[in-house]
Parts: sequence; C-alpha cells; structure tokens
Amino acid sequence: MGKIKTYTRRAFLVGSAAVIGGVAFGFYMVKKPHANPLLKDLKDGEAALTPWVKIDAEGVTLIAPHADIGQGVRSMQAMLIAEELDVDPLAVNVSPGDPAPAYYNTALATEAVPFMSTDDSFAAETMRDVMGGVIKLMGAQVTGGSSAVPDSFDKLRLAGAVARETLKKAASQQSGVPVSALKTEGGAVMLPDGTRVPYEDLAAAAAKLEPVTDVPLRDPNEWRYIGKPQQRLDIVAKSTGTLTYGIDLEFDGMVHATVKLNPRQGGELISYDASAAEGMRGVKKIMRVTGGVAVVADNTWRAIQAANAIDYKWGPVSYPSEMEGHWDLLAGSFNDDHIDNVWREEGDVEAALSGADVVEAEYRAPYVAHAPLEPISATVLVTDDGVDVWTASQLPRFVQANVAGIVGVEPDQVRLHNQYAGGSFGHRLEDEHVKRAAEVAMAMRGTPVKLTYSREEDFAHDFPRQISMGRMRGAVKDGRVDAYDLGIASPSVQASQLPRQNQVAPPGADRQIAAGAWNLPYALPNFRMTGYRTDGLAPVSSWRSVGASTNGFFADCFLDELIIAAGADPLEERIRMCQEPLARAVLEAVGEMSNWGSDLGPARGRGVAFVESFGVPVAEVVEVTNTPDGIRIDKVYVAAEVGRVIDPVNFDNLVKGGVVFGLGHAMNCEITYSDGMAEQQNFYDHEAMRLHQCPEIIVRGLENSDQIRGIGEPPVPPAAPALANAIFAATGKRLREMPFNKHIDFV
Amino acid sequence: MQIKVNGTSYDVDVEEDMPLLWVLRDELDIKGVKYGCGVAQCGACTVHIDGVAMRSCQVPAADAVGVEVTTIEGLGTPGALHIVQQAWVDHQVAQCGYCQSGQVMQAASLLAENPNPTDQDIDDAMSGNLCRCGTYPRIREAVKSAAAKLQEA
Ligand code: FES
Ligand code: FES
Repeated sequence: MGKIKTYTRRAFLVGSAAVIGGVAFGFYMVKKPHANPLLKDLKDGEAALTPWVKIDAEGVTLIAPHADIGQGVRSMQAMLIAEELDVDPLAVNVSPGDPAPAYYNTALATEAVPFMSTDDSFAAETMRDVMGGVIKLMGAQVTGGSSAVPDSFDKLRLAGAVARETLKKAASQQSGVPVSALKTEGGAVMLPDGTRVPYEDLAAAAAKLEPVTDVPLRDPNEWRYIGKPQQRLDIVAKSTGTLTYGIDLEFDGMVHATVKLNPRQGGELISYDASAAEGMRGVKKIMRVTGGVAVVADNTWRAIQAANAIDYKWGPVSYPSEMEGHWDLLAGSFNDDHIDNVWREEGDVEAALSGADVVEAEYRAPYVAHAPLEPISATVLVTDDGVDVWTASQLPRFVQANVAGIVGVEPDQVRLHNQYAGGSFGHRLEDEHVKRAAEVAMAMRGTPVKLTYSREEDFAHDFPRQISMGRMRGAVKDGRVDAYDLGIASPSVQASQLPRQNQVAPPGADRQIAAGAWNLPYALPNFRMTGYRTDGLAPVSSWRSVGASTNGFFADCFLDELIIAAGADPLEERIRMCQEPLARAVLEAVGEMSNWGSDLGPARGRGVAFVESFGVPVAEVVEVTNTPDGIRIDKVYVAAEVGRVIDPVNFDNLVKGGVVFGLGHAMNCEITYSDGMAEQQNFYDHEAMRLHQCPEIIVRGLENSDQIRGIGEPPVPPAAPALANAIFAATGKRLREMPFNKHIDFV
Repeated sequence: MQIKVNGTSYDVDVEEDMPLLWVLRDELDIKGVKYGCGVAQCGACTVHIDGVAMRSCQVPAADAVGVEVTTIEGLGTPGALHIVQQAWVDHQVAQCGYCQSGQVMQAASLLAENPNPTDQDIDDAMSGNLCRCGTYPRIREAVKSAAAKLQEA
C-alpha cells in the first residue's frame, strides 16, 4: 500500500503544478517549471489551460507529444485526456504539438537508475527523482523505454480534469449556476435546464481564470475509455493509404534528395568523381555533405540513380573491419579491467563452484538492424524566418538543437513538425539523416528539400543493436540450481549514442549492459552477475528493448541449462525459485495458459522463458515441432504484468508484434561487417519473420501491480530464449548463438 | 507516355525504365503506394495491374502503358471502404501502418481470385508482404473475415 500512496501523491504534485504556468514536477532538484509552450503564441479567444489541452474557436485540440512510431501512443494520449475532459477523442483535434521542455519524459528517468523496479526503498526513490531532475534539465522530450504510458497516465488525465473544472468554473460565472450543478459531456458544459455550452464558447472566459487545480481524478469504475477497446485515431487512414508519413510530404517547389555516405560507419569521404552523374536527367545539384555526397534531383528515383553513378573513395573505420575482430574485443573483455559493474553478488559463487561439476557456456548475440519499413527521410526548409523540419523523431528537442547548430540559428527558430512514423524500433532516436538534410537545405535556402535514404543506404547507416557475449558457469546440487555466475560483455549503447546528440553519457555503470540479466527474480543460493564494458566496437543504438534483447537470451537460456542439469522441470523450478510475487504470477499464468506439462506428442517441444525489462515481468512459452524440413513454431503464450491495460486491442497487437519481432530476429537476422561495411543491404538478407512463419500467439495482460507500465518493448526479450529452450526440448540441441538459423533450419 | 491510374489517364514524361512506383509517387503524387525496399522484397508498393497484385517497384513505366493500374486510393476511400479495408479497420490491423496499403492490395487481389482461401492459401499469398511491426496475426484474421463477408455478399 505504501507504494500506491507515494505514486499517487507524486503524480498529483506533477499534475497540479502542470497548470501553474507550465509543468512543475515535485522533484526537489528542479524547482522552476518550464514555460507552458502554448501560452507563447495564443491569440485572443484562445485558452491554453495546460500544456496538453488547447481550446479555441476551431475546437478542442489535445496535444500528444510522444511520437507515434506505430505503437498508437497518439491515440493513447488523447484517450487519457479525453477520459477526464469529456470529449470524444475521434471528434477533436489531436496534434503532436511543438517540441517543448514542458513535455519532458519523467517516466523514462525512473528506469534510468540502478534499482530493481520493485525496489521502493528510500535510496531507489531518491535516485529516480534525481534522474528525473537531470532529464528535466535537458528538457528531454523522449519517446522510448516503453515509457509513454507511465509518463502520461496521471499527467494527462489530470490535464483533462483541470481543463474540465476550469471550463465549468467559467460556465458557472457566465450562467450564475453553481459549479456543483454543472455537468460535462461531449465537449460541452451542460446546465441543469439542458442548455449545452460548448467548450469553445467558454475558452476566452476560462483563459482569464486561475485554473482549478484541486481536482480529484475519476474513480476507475467511472471510466468510459480506459481499459476498453478503442478505435485508434489513425486506423481508417492507415487502412486506406491516406495517412501522410514524412516520406510522403510534398511542398511547392520541393526538390528530392538522397545521400551516399561512407558505408564504413563514421568514416570520411576522401574524394569522389561525379562526372557520370552530372548530366543525368533531373539532377539539380551534387554536393559534399558530412561523410559523403548528396544528390538533389526532381524525383527520388533519379536522385538515387545518380548517387549510384558516382565514384567514391571512402576513408577507413575506427572499429575492426572484420567480425573476428569484434568477437575478439568482446572475448577479451572478461577481466577486471573491463568490469562495468558487479550487479548481483549473493552467496559465494566461487566457493560453490569449486569442487562442483561445473557447467560452462559461451553465448553470442550479433548486431541487428532496426529497418523500420519506412526508410528514413527528412524535409528541411531554410528561410530568413528560421528553419522548418518535417520528420519523425523520438527526440525532437535534440533534432531542433542539432539543426540549429548546422544552420546557425537558435533552437527555437527551428520549427519541428513531428510526423507519424512508418515504424522505428529505436531507429528514430537517431537524426543523422536530418542533419544531412539540413546541410543540403542550407545550400538551397528558400527551397524545401526532402531527403530520402534508399533502403540500401538505410541498412548501411543503421546504428545497429549491440553485439554481445555471455560467459557463464554454474553448478547444481540435490536437484536444484546451486550456483550461477553470469558475465556479459557488451558495448555501452548510451556511450555510443549520446555523443551523436552532443550529450555526455551519465557517469557510472551502464544499466543496459546488464538489463534483463541482473534483475533475475530468483532466489539462487549463489548468484553473481557482472557487466563488462567493451569499447572500440561499431557504433550502436537503442534497438527495441535495448540490453534485454540480448541479455535476456543469455541469462534465461543458461538458467534453463542449469535447471535441466538439475533434472528439474523448467517451469516448476522457475516458479519455485521465484521470490517476486509479480514475476511468479506471470510464470504461473503462462503455465496455465499453455497447459504446461500436458503431452505434446512426438517431435514436439515447449520452452519457457522469463525476462523483466522496463519494469514489466513477461513470461512466454513457445511450442515447436521438429519437422523433416526444420523447426516450425506452432504457438506462443505470453503473460505480461503492466499494472493496467489501457486499451486491450492495442495491447494485444503490440504484444504479438513484439513476439514476432523477437522471434524473427533471433531466427534469421544479423548485421556483419566486412571491410568495415555492413554486409546486409536489403530485406533479402535481413528479413526477420514473414507471415508464413508466424505462430498463433495467445496474450494475457496481468494487472496485479500498482505501477502502470508500457508494453512496446517488454514482450521482445523472452521470445528468443523461449524459442531456444523449446528447440532444446524438441531436439536436444542447445542453441547458444543468434541468429539460430546458423545452426538449425526453420520451415 | 500515357498511364491510366484509378480510371484516370495521365500523360507522363519519364524514362522507360523508371519504376511505376516512382512514377506514381513522385510524378503523379499518388502516395498510398509506398517505397520499402525497391527490390520486390517487402510488398509495400503493391498495386493492381489489370486486377492482379504486382510490385510497382518492379514494373518499368513502359510496361504500365495500355493497362489499368489501381492503387489503394482506387480500391476504396475512408468514406467508402472496400470490404478488405473494412476488415482491416474492424480488426485494427495497423500499427505503424506503412506496410498496410500493400497488405490490403495483396489481400484484395487474393480474395478476388480465391474468395474462400485456406490458411495455406493465405500464407502463400501474403508472405511476400513484410510487416516489420508484426501484425501478421491480425492480417490473417482480417483476410478471413473479409472472405466470410464476401461469401455472404
Ligand atoms: S518497394 Fe516494391 S517490394 Fe518493396
Ligand atoms: S504495420 Fe508497421 S510495417 Fe506493418
């Protein structure tokens, strides 16, 4: 109960302060609230009651600042505001708004600290608050870390409630009817005699009032939207080809550009010969940009053709040119010099292992690409009046700052129009393409420049998921797991990623090196988990579920090996050892859903895996058949604990998508470097899962926790280990390296 | 050359080998057809040519002369959804949605040819269309419910 109180009170501080000229979270680190960005350019008759609700003569606009990269957050954010404001989300405007520090993400910070998500000790809470302060100082408006729901859940409902009550107060003053006799529905205040006063008509009066901040949030049993199936705002547009993505934008006088950058990541362009390209039809301009060449033409295809006709001389890279060198760096990191942190040290691992029959293994996970289906693009227009940027970004404030630096203006002269994205998976945390577009647009002032990467260029310049290696030792005793020594070597993703945003990675250990492995919920008599940091590898970036996508595979599969060595049942033993009630509940749920223990018939097997990431415990059971042509994945059962399912339909879709993503990449994707260049160029050599391989997926969301969590990433990490464990059960073959198709065939 | 799209004829002055995809997107501003790979790997660019699903990134402009090209805009509109689009809305298939024009066009072509597909038929027809967001379970359901509606109709 203690936890519920802290959470509610803190969230309330968040909300109430949200109205006094901006957002003031209750963190002692930072007292001064950020300015409400909507106040700045309000016209007469407009009221911006909070940074999330704007009302003018045109109607009600809800501001949904988290980037919609396919996960449906724009709809989710609108629904939360609408729940309290009493408007129909499908009947009002919903806009991503302009990037502003007031929209900084507080929930992300709560996961940036090294404490178990279930640890509500003073130290943990303090650290979470401090990190919140830091993120606020950066004004980081981040979409990532499965944080949109926790960031929004209280904040946006409160924004809706404050707006509603202030509108009622205005209506009361106009009509003389006491507030207690007023109701709201369908975007209007209802007077007792049935008169309907639309919010639009009250906006001007409400703007003059001190906002009503003493507003209780509605009880869950009064909710009309939350927890019930909703129609996504974008579903009709996305089913009819009428949604405009960044890549689809057209402006008068716009030109089409593309780039060819050194395929050795971060390397320089030494020289180029464009003579073959210059006379090609439609080509308007060929220019050097950072790391390569841009071609501007009157049509995207012509630009790509011309870029391919140029002869380039590329400089070398700073990371090993061949894969062997990458694996050597990782293998050479398992020593004291490279310890990033010892995350868990329970019992005495060394003593338990000495004299025991030691089980040992090495696990590997490759680089993989993000490759959202919409290739990256950005449209930039530079004028005397500032800069306009149209792109889809998970870090819009950084994009503004980076473009401002290139063009030589102040960040607030950069107007970023955030677009719906055709997928991301972390890809749109990067903005190299926007920077290149800004360089071209600066050379073509007054002309809108749309720069599109070809699919091949997108693959070549993806900053992939981290490569990683696990080394484990363990021992069993009396039919139980007795000792588990788990070491993981990996690059620090944030140390690679943040400098590209002119940010310094926070000091200290990088939690993502150990995420999904250090937080095993099991009571093991002897357990040690050590993270090792490997420098000098290829640049990497956050890939859907980040560290847990590789660590979960290592940690859970080797645990499975030990449980099998102990002669125990994989699920029952995990449940027996589990000391976290929320984790145990998902394990039990998935066991019940899959009818664990029942006979599957010949040549079949099932495996279970559990990984917690972003505070969400998830267990998955995979069932496979070993056919003469290879492994067929038949069914996947998923149980995930999120505190509250906001929209059951979108939840189900996201979980299934996460499972497909986790399985598909584990089965058949890797990025390998040769001569410093990614060898995979298009989907034919990095295709992940196609429909014919997709199993039936059965999903259950659990709501036992009082912490609300996001579901975009957590279903991904358990998919790979559950599949590997199932393949072991069906074939006796233990897969310790992704992609699995290097070692076994799939039908 | 003259290219007929969604019932309207357009005069276009392009290279014979410019893929129809880029003629549609950059010359005619028909943006429902998407670029995903350019090499017949993803299906995002799927259109109907004389009623049959084709990857427009693989059709040179010259080959699009004298045929009927239909894009998703010609299949149905938000105000008048095609039966397949209605099923896509009912099942809330889309996540990012970028693949879905191609998926819908592929499914419409499948059902036009085979109004009562088996699971295997669906797998065979739809596996060329990548969905990076992993909406495959809903694609299967939507195809089946569109097929059922067609049976009733
Ligand atoms: S763009 Fe044509 S199949 Fe991918
Ligand atoms: S919905 Fe995103 S690629 Fe299919």
